[in-house]
Amino acid sequence: MTMALAGGMLIGLAVWVLYAGLGRIAGISGIVYNIAERGQRHWRVPFLLGLLVAPWLALAAGVPMPASALPQGTGALLLLVAAGVLVGFGTRLGNGCTSGHGICGLSRLSPRSFAAVAVFMGAGVLTATLLRPWLLGWLS
Amino acid sequence: MRRAVVAAASGLLFGGGLMISGMASTENVLGFLTLGEGWNPSLLFVMGGALLVSLPGHLWLKRYRSAPWLHASFAKPAGAIDHRLLFGASLFGVGWGLAGFCPGPALVNLSLMQGAALVFVPAMLAGAWLAGRR
Repeated sequence: MTMALAGGMLIGLAVWVLYAGLGRIAGISGIVYNIAERGQRHWRVPFLLGLLVAPWLALAAGVPMPASALPQGTGALLLLVAAGVLVGFGTRLGNGCTSGHGICGLSRLSPRSFAAVAVFMGAGVLTATLLRPWLLGWLS
Repeated sequence: MRRAVVAAASGLLFGGGLMISGMASTENVLGFLTLGEGWNPSLLFVMGGALLVSLPGHLWLKRYRSAPWLHASFAKPAGAIDHRLLFGASLFGVGWGLAGFCPGPALVNLSLMQGAALVFVPAMLAGAWLAGRR
């Protein structure tokens, strides 16, 4: 759990640096979906490049490759596509994800973010605990 | 230029944090979201660690800084807690619980060319595009 805590602190520092320096919210979904927006590219593009380069640096420094295997079987693949669509649709509609609402929003003590985090945490736990095993069994 | 450097540093720290914390592994995320035997609490430590730095940092900014160092003002998104927010957050939660990916870790895995992200990220962008068309 030491690595989880240390990694979390780096994420917190990243969010703070962007807000303290540029006054911007380090919300990954907002940054990615609006990457081409004029007038904002000067910070969104370098942020995204940093985010994409970092995992390679981490690997080079000896951090293990993440365990995110491609699931086997057509049913599991369909589930992954559906999950992607839901995450994209939901984060755009709700204006944020685990980073923008979860870390930046909570740190800014935003009531909207507290509500969003409670809802997506609750939905995530219910889905992973109850719906996912049932769907995987049904699809296989 | 200075703003680009700060933004890139933030992205690097963010991506490094996701890797070091283990949150780039869908296994760890699903292990947290799935209650029961073998529950994995690491996501709680990651969120806790992040807030441990970010929360006092933001309180300090609020108290001592009227503007960020390299920009005229702080972004302060505000609005009502409406159906749009709650519906969006619940759809996001369902997708997160199905795959164990939220946008940050999905992009980290995409960069590392991990199979699951190669499927998930295009689907996520399609979902965001659909939401934008509404």
